Amino acid sequence: MIEMNAVNKWYGKNFQVLKDCSLKVAKGEVIVVCGPSGSGKSTLIKTVNGLEPINSGDITVDGVSITAKKTNLDKMRSSIGMVFQNFELFPHMNVTDNIKIGQLKVLGRSDEAASEKAAELLERVDLTEHAQKYPSQLSGGQQQRVAIARGLAMEPKAMLFDEPTSALDPEMINEVLDVMVSLAGEGMTMMVVTHEMGFARKVADRVVFMDFGEIVEDAKSDDFFGSPRSARAQEFLSKILNH
Amino acid sequence: MDLDFSVIPANSELLWEGIKMTFLLTGLAIVGGIILGTILALLRIAKVPVLAQVAAAYVNFFRSLPLILVIFWLYFLVPLIMGQPVDAFTSVLVAFILFEAAYYSEIIRAGINSVSTGQLAAARAIGMTYPQAMRYVVLPQAFRAMTPILLTQAIILFQDTSLVYVVGLRDFLVSAEIVANRDQRLVEMFLFAAVVYFVICFTASLGVKQLQRRFAK
Repeated sequence: MIEMNAVNKWYGKNFQVLKDCSLKVAKGEVIVVCGPSGSGKSTLIKTVNGLEPINSGDITVDGVSITAKKTNLDKMRSSIGMVFQNFELFPHMNVTDNIKIGQLKVLGRSDEAASEKAAELLERVDLTEHAQKYPSQLSGGQQQRVAIARGLAMEPKAMLFDEPTSALDPEMINEVLDVMVSLAGEGMTMMVVTHEMGFARKVADRVVFMDFGEIVEDAKSDDFFGSPRSARAQEFLSKILNH
Repeated sequence: MDLDFSVIPANSELLWEGIKMTFLLTGLAIVGGIILGTILALLRIAKVPVLAQVAAAYVNFFRSLPLILVIFWLYFLVPLIMGQPVDAFTSVLVAFILFEAAYYSEIIRAGINSVSTGQLAAARAIGMTYPQAMRYVVLPQAFRAMTPILLTQAIILFQDTSLVYVVGLRDFLVSAEIVANRDQRLVEMFLFAAVVYFVICFTASLGVKQLQRRFAK
């Protein structure tokens, strides 16, 4: 579904954020990307839908190259959902309109169809009673669930999650992870940047470990947690699994 | 000194025509200035090659000129260049729009920059094109954030419209002056004019403060 080939990216001339990154995510697979902060994992996930341009290499999603000139990037992005660390709901629209806007303006759905879809998704993330509220009236966990619903409204082929629980208070993390676990259970192709190792252990097919812009390890999640091969991954795990 | 304010109701029709002209000019100049200012701001922010530089040069040019010079320029020179007379209202309105747009574009640019880049990313991530993301996501938030400053600028513009006396357009101040000279009631009429300008502008600025307080919540 997602294929990255020798992707390189520089900020300016001297700082290389991504070094020769290659990665494959098969249809229905759930991949967790982890690593120390500044390792390039957020940048990596943002290159998949072209939010971050790359300098060399190639990325294809469902057989379509995002680097090819003739590719319609806007159309492609509409088929890949993305969830951000800071939710990024549109603050001037209520919850329902947040979920409808892409359907109306990008997919060209009728207002009726978009409303129906929004209601269905709100029920799914258990926020039906908040349909008319504005994002600022919701808790972080609720906002993030709306953001997931907004992504799903486009009926994406894959979902990208960029640290979806990092900005949340601890008691709200699980309500978001629960939605993600159920999505994974339905066979959604997912790429998730996260430090939630419990989630990784439970639902990830593979774990990708990054450090200094390189993919250091790409292993089945059992293998990764059982016996990571690289010293850097061992060190990282010992730091975050200590408690 | 004996003051006779009955001169005001006696000329209410003329004065009312004047105040309507002042409001009409202000209103049209605000709308035109914001539209042109938004276009200039978008050209600069999107870094459209060449056009971005032209927009920046435009802004710097008009911000370096006194407004009255721009009014003169359009009224006296444009007819010379075009070879036909331009009526005072049109020429003054165009001058205000061109001039105000330079200021509005800077306000709007700051407003757009105040919207977090994550909002643009989120809009693009659901497949919106750049213009769509601007129209539905970024600009509505930017305009909300800058409404108080835009209104403050509008109050300044309201006062500045009195400069149209130089081309003989009958706005409120000119009407007041006509009455003052004709009826020899200079003190009364200029006092009255001052009170009207003060009440309108002061009330409007109180309104802006209210709005700011509400937005700050």
